[in-house]
Amino acid sequence: MAIASETGKGRHQPPFLLFLLKTGKTLVTIAVTMLGLLFVTFFIGRVMPVDPVLSIVGERATKEIYEAAYLSLGLDKPLIVQFFYYLRDILQGDFGTSLRTGFPVSGDIIRVFPATLELASLGTLIGIVIGVPLGVVAAVKRGTWIDQVARVIALIGYSMPIFWLGLIGLLVFYGILGWVGGPGRLDIYYEDIVPTVTGMILLDSALDGNWVIFRNAFTHIILPASLLGYYSLAYISRMTRSFMLEQLNAEYVITARVKGLSEREVIWKHVFSNIKVQLITVIALSYAGLLEGSVLTEIIFAWPGIGSYITTSLLSADMNAVMGGTVVVGLVFVCLNIFSDLLYRFFDPRAK
Amino acid sequence: MRKLTYLALLTGLVISAGPMISAAQAETPANMLIVAGQIDDITTLDPAQSFEFSGSDISRNIYGKLVNFDPSNLDAGYGPDLAESWTVSDDGKIITFTMREGVKFHSGNPVTAKDAEYSLRRAVILNKTPSFILTQFGFSADNVKDTIVATGPMTLQITTDRRYATSFVLNCLTATIGGIVDSKLVMEHEVDGDMGNTWLRNNTAGSGAYKLGSWKANESITLISNPDFYLGAPAMERVVVRHISESSTQRLLLEKGDIDVARNLNPEDVAGVSSKAGIVVDSELRGRLMYVSFNQKNEILANPKVVEAMKYLIDYKGMQDSFLKGQYTIHQSFLPRTYLGAIDDKPYSLNIDKAKALLAEAGYPNGFEVGIIVREAQERVDIGQSLQNTFGKAGIKVDITVGTAKQILGVYRARQHDIYLGAWGPDYPDPNTNAATFAVNQDNRDEAGLTGQLAWRNSWDIPQMSEDTLAAVVENDRDMRAKMYNAIQRDHQNRSPFAVMFQKIEQTGRSDKVKNLNLGGAITAVSYWVVTK
Repeated sequence: MAIASETGKGRHQPPFLLFLLKTGKTLVTIAVTMLGLLFVTFFIGRVMPVDPVLSIVGERATKEIYEAAYLSLGLDKPLIVQFFYYLRDILQGDFGTSLRTGFPVSGDIIRVFPATLELASLGTLIGIVIGVPLGVVAAVKRGTWIDQVARVIALIGYSMPIFWLGLIGLLVFYGILGWVGGPGRLDIYYEDIVPTVTGMILLDSALDGNWVIFRNAFTHIILPASLLGYYSLAYISRMTRSFMLEQLNAEYVITARVKGLSEREVIWKHVFSNIKVQLITVIALSYAGLLEGSVLTEIIFAWPGIGSYITTSLLSADMNAVMGGTVVVGLVFVCLNIFSDLLYRFFDPRAK
Repeated sequence: MRKLTYLALLTGLVISAGPMISAAQAETPANMLIVAGQIDDITTLDPAQSFEFSGSDISRNIYGKLVNFDPSNLDAGYGPDLAESWTVSDDGKIITFTMREGVKFHSGNPVTAKDAEYSLRRAVILNKTPSFILTQFGFSADNVKDTIVATGPMTLQITTDRRYATSFVLNCLTATIGGIVDSKLVMEHEVDGDMGNTWLRNNTAGSGAYKLGSWKANESITLISNPDFYLGAPAMERVVVRHISESSTQRLLLEKGDIDVARNLNPEDVAGVSSKAGIVVDSELRGRLMYVSFNQKNEILANPKVVEAMKYLIDYKGMQDSFLKGQYTIHQSFLPRTYLGAIDDKPYSLNIDKAKALLAEAGYPNGFEVGIIVREAQERVDIGQSLQNTFGKAGIKVDITVGTAKQILGVYRARQHDIYLGAWGPDYPDPNTNAATFAVNQDNRDEAGLTGQLAWRNSWDIPQMSEDTLAAVVENDRDMRAKMYNAIQRDHQNRSPFAVMFQKIEQTGRSDKVKNLNLGGAITAVSYWVVTK
């Protein structure tokens, strides 16, 4: 969260200059962050003991075929030169071709990222809708059984391995009860029917007005999304609770109560308003975490998202794909940063 | 406050009630075959380049070849496909194919000798990894103009550089690289003289039972039936292979009836589904062998008595019946069962007393120290540990080095190992594929760099056996050729520094409604066009 809260400086400059300065600063921070990210990923990728050439040509290839592939990848050039070539291509919007899938990396990412975005968004939504009220109630009813139950719920969500929880969830809700759809984003015979607009099937089928497919997609996404939702709920509710507790002890709460405000007004109007800004940070972080793609969930639910894309690419030394994925994840972080920064300004009168 | 509690409870209820909109249940359509598999190894669908298992499964259903295996009778060996018949010249160097009349590509273009000429020349000129399957007959980019020629609209003549067994040449043409592409269509998509290599990566131009519907890397492949297939329209109009890496997920889908076939069940899940009604488990032999080899550069291992002793220090049966159960079966010669000339002799079993006696004769009554290198794959490491244990019983102290593929192969190819533990899979469906690597080493010097040959990698100098093995390549009588391989394997079994231990079994779970699913055995790949439901 390095970009956030550059407020309060340069108060005496004219507003236009101030704006320019700020935008400039933000842009430089983004550029440096992204460059650092690329640099580190690139070099880690190149020193890994996996041979990208072998993964293309196979271990039976003759020396000539191996050499040809080696040269065509530009691996004979010094690392730093390779890095600059790579940067130049990226600046032109060319992430290269994935060694493993043979498709342009940008195309691959356009295909896999919406799947993750859809899942992570629904997961975060569930996390917020349940987590925030749960945290508030736990704080207000501190020490009662409600607080204890909330604590146990959060603790379980936090400590259960998601791999296990996912398998059990599938077994119970899909295998035994049959309430939800199985792994994958759709039943196989519904695939490729609605036209791809956003790549998010729920949205695409809604846009197309195809409610049969929407329903089918919903039955497939609800279980993994609930699982991720549970995970982020655990975090969000615990953080909400501790933010609330901090505020509830403050003197203005006593003042408000003394003034005779109803408990609801005290909690929601005064206390909750004051924790909004902190909550945004927490939620943005947890959302960003899910957007990186949760590899295990994606594997169990055969969900073709960015997490498993980057992981399998990494394992086969497909560095173009890994770097492309990393840039996207990096961009997501930066965007969420900027977005939450904007929200701060909206909610926090001091930031205005 | 109470309202708040209610709100929280209500939201919770709404969310958890969502899933109760029950999913429509679940039997796959009758004209559609849905397969769960692991298809993340596919890098291209171009038959001139494709060299992965999943790729050959797809390719076999899309591209016709000059000669091919009949899925209903794999033991018969190759038979006519796009070539209706062929003749061989007296000197054994020229094979003339007569093409089948009336076969069409998916595009509607007729399949002619010109297409066959183009396809084979293309595979040689592109010179991708599997090209050696063709170039071993002397074809090169410079001479294909004269050696692979359509002499008429429906006749193709290929001329090899010397005499080879016809069965050897034809077996090689059944490999993926022998796929015949639609030359007109492919050339329309040529970019910078790549002979359509980029386009054919994710498009297809074949004449087989299926054409490509879509390929989403690491996600799914859809095949759509070709109603004009010359053997008749396939019963399964769509075949979808979905990438599902988790065995337990595949099992759940199979049990629920959402898929018809699960290709990658682990032994626990196989045991789990085999008791379920409506599910059948097939076991099929595949071509992959698991072996250990002893580097002859190591003075101790160069002693034939020591090698023999070590062959008696392997717990073949114990491993087969425990952690390799259902995945590997004991096999002790270098040709996989179902290959031409394969033998089923199993002279070795765990016999510690005999091994000790042999070691004493060799001058190592108290054993010695030795290293095993192995790739970081679970089953291989397990085998390594079993070896460590049984070798230890005769006083041989084993140090296991586990590494990545690159590290271990690097050491192996540089001949710097003591003992290598690993797998070998045949490249094409002819016995020479394994014979030429296990039993040929024409130049044992380091400078020769014959890294493709396992005999060389283990510094095993065998001028006579190399000659015998290469003689089998030119023997035209198929039975005689098989006998030659029988003899070489028995000799190899006796005195080679290789202990072949196991052959791969693949277990596949399928719905009992699915009939005639043939995965291709050790010889070839899956055939979807004969499947019915």
